[in-house]
Amino acid sequence: MDTLGNLMHGFAIALTPINLMWCLVGVAVGTAIGVLPGLGPALTIALLLPITTKVDPTAAFILFAGIYYGAMYGGSTTSILLNTPGESASIVTSLEGNKMARRGRAGAALATAAIGSFVAGTIGTIGITFVAEPVVNFALRFGPAEYFSLMILCFITVSAVLGNSAVRGLTALFVGMFLGMIGVDNQSGQLRFTFGIVELYDGINVIVVAVGLFAIGETLWLAAMPKEKEEEPLAIKDSILMSREDWRRSWKPWLRGALIGFPIGAMPAGGAEIPTFLSYSIEKKLSEKPEEFGHGAIEGVAGPEAANNASAAGVLVPMLALGLPTSATAAVMLSAFQSYGINPGPQLLSTNGPLIWGLIASLYIGNVMLLVLNLPLVGLWVKMLKIPAPLMYGGILIFATIGTYGISRSVVDLILLYTVGVLGFFMRKFDFPTAPVIIGMILGPLAEMNFRQAMTISQGSFRIFFEKPLSLFLLTLTALALVGPPLLSCARRRMRTAEA
Amino acid sequence: MSLRPALPETCVGLFMVGFAVVVGAATAAIPDSLYARVGPAVIPWVIAAGLAFFGVLLAIQGLRGGWEHEHDTQHDLRSLSWLGAGLLLNLALIDGIRYGDTTLIPPVGFILSSTAMFLFTARAFGSDRPARDGLIGFALAIVAYVGFDRVLGYQIGSGLIERFL
Repeated sequence: MDTLGNLMHGFAIALTPINLMWCLVGVAVGTAIGVLPGLGPALTIALLLPITTKVDPTAAFILFAGIYYGAMYGGSTTSILLNTPGESASIVTSLEGNKMARRGRAGAALATAAIGSFVAGTIGTIGITFVAEPVVNFALRFGPAEYFSLMILCFITVSAVLGNSAVRGLTALFVGMFLGMIGVDNQSGQLRFTFGIVELYDGINVIVVAVGLFAIGETLWLAAMPKEKEEEPLAIKDSILMSREDWRRSWKPWLRGALIGFPIGAMPAGGAEIPTFLSYSIEKKLSEKPEEFGHGAIEGVAGPEAANNASAAGVLVPMLALGLPTSATAAVMLSAFQSYGINPGPQLLSTNGPLIWGLIASLYIGNVMLLVLNLPLVGLWVKMLKIPAPLMYGGILIFATIGTYGISRSVVDLILLYTVGVLGFFMRKFDFPTAPVIIGMILGPLAEMNFRQAMTISQGSFRIFFEKPLSLFLLTLTALALVGPPLLSCARRRMRTAEA
Repeated sequence: MSLRPALPETCVGLFMVGFAVVVGAATAAIPDSLYARVGPAVIPWVIAAGLAFFGVLLAIQGLRGGWEHEHDTQHDLRSLSWLGAGLLLNLALIDGIRYGDTTLIPPVGFILSSTAMFLFTARAFGSDRPARDGLIGFALAIVAYVGFDRVLGYQIGSGLIERFL
C-alpha cells in the first residue's frame, strides 16, 4: 500500500491552489498548441524552459506535464476538423475522424476522441503509478555498464527502428550527439567543438535546437510550400454528445487502445506511431461493421486516440524511472531536470519523491481538466484554427526569438537558432526524423559519462559490457533491433496492403 | 524507384561526409587528457566516424536512385526570400551592428526588430495588409516583451521602445 500512500501524498501537493493553477495553465496552453498545426509540446516546453530559474521544480513539471498531455487532446481536434494533423501521433485519428466530420458527425468524433483520451490517459497514469516503483527497484541494480547499454538500445530503437529509414535516423542521431558535445567537457575540462567561438564554451542550449528545428524549420518549410487557399475547419453540426450506440461501439476500443498504447509507449523505443496504427488495424478487424472503415467508423477514432494518449503516458515511465527520454518532448523535459541540478535516474523517486508523486497526481487532475476543456469548450479551440497563417507564423517567430534571445541576450544564439532552422528545413525536405537530434543531444553526453565510468571500473576493458549479463542482454536486444527493421517494414507493408 | 542517380540526395550524402571531415578536424584539435581512462576526444571520434559512415551510405543511396521525399514540390522562393530577409533584418536590428568603434547599425531593441520580422513573415505567408500586420506585430512584440522581461524576469535588454515601458 506504499504506492497508494505516496500517491495520496502527491495529491496533497498537486491540489494546492498554486499547483492547480499551474496544471490548468499547462493543460490550456497544451490544448492550444496541440490544436494549432505546426506547434508541438517539445517546442513549447523548450520555450518555457527558462522558467526553471524562477519557479520551484514541482510547479515547473506540473506545467510541462500539463502541456504534454494537453497537446495530445488538442491534436485530435485538429485532425478531426481539418485533416491536417496538428501533431504526428494523431495522423491515424484523421483517417476516420475527418470522414465522420464530413458526414456531419464531428461532435461524436470529438466526443469519442476526448473521452477516449481521458479514459486512456487515466489508465496510462494508473500504469505510471504502479509500474514506476518496480522499474526503479529493478534499475537501482544498474551500474554504468548497464546504463550505457540501455542508452545504446534507446538510441538504436528511437532512430533506426522508428521512422522510415535507419540510415537517415542514425545520421540525425549523430548530428544531435555532435551538438551535445559542444562546449567544455565536464570531466577533463577541455573545450570541444567550439571553433574558437566564446559563446559556445558553455555548450549549445537545447532551447536553441528544439525551437530552431520545430519552430523556425517548420515556418521556413510552410513558407516554401505553394500557397493554396486555406482550409476551413469543418463545422460541428451535431451536438458534442455520443448516442447510446456510439458509447456501445467506443468503450471497448478505448480500453483496447489504452492496453496497446501504454506498454509500447513505456518500452525504451517509445513512439506513438506503432500503437496507433496497431490499434486502428485491430479495431478494423474486430469491428461489427468493417465496411464503415474508410467512411468514418467511430471505432477508428476511439481506438487510436486512446492508444495515442496511453502511449504518451507510457513514455513518462522510462523518463521518470530511468532518466531515459524516448521522445523529443521527454528529452526536453529531461533537460529541465538537469537545469534544476536534479539527476534524472532511478534514484529520482527516493531523492525527489514529493516532486515525482506530485507530478503523477497532477496528471490525474490534468486529465479531468482536459475533459472539461475539450468537450464543452471545444468551440473556443476551433476558433483558434481560424487565425490567418500570416499572423500565426509571424507570432510564432516573435516568441521563438524572444525565448532564445532571453537565454543570454546574445545575437550568436539567434544566428544559431536560424541556422538550426535551415537545417530543420532540409531535414524535412529530405525526410530525416528530427526527434533523434534532440535525444542524441541530451542523451549523448549522459551516455559518454556512463561509458567513461564503466571503463574506469573495468580499467579500460570493453569486456565489462559483455560480461555483465544484463548489459549483454541489452546489447543483444540492440543488435536484434538493428536487424529487425527489415522484418518490421515487411510487416508494415503487409498491414498497408491489408488496409487498401 | 529509378536506378538513375539522384543528384539532390547524393549531395546530401556528400554534405554529411564533408561535415564529418570538419568534425574530425575539430576532434583532432582536442588536446588529450593524460589522467582520464577515456579521454575527451574518444566519443567525438566515434561521432566523426559515424557521420562519415552514414554520409557515405546516404551518397550511395543517392547514386542508386535516392529515396522518397518531397522532391516534386515546387518551392515558393519568393516567400522564402521574404522570410529570410525578415530573419536577417531581425539579426541586424535587435542589437545593432558595430565594427570596431563605429556603429554601422544602431541597436533598436527587441520590440521594433520583431515588428519588422513579423511584417516580413506575414508578407511571406501572402498577406497584403502591411498596416494591419505592423500594428498586430507591434502589439504582439510588446506583449511578448512585457511577459518575458517584466513578468518572467528574462533579460531582453533595452531599445527604442523598451525604455518607455
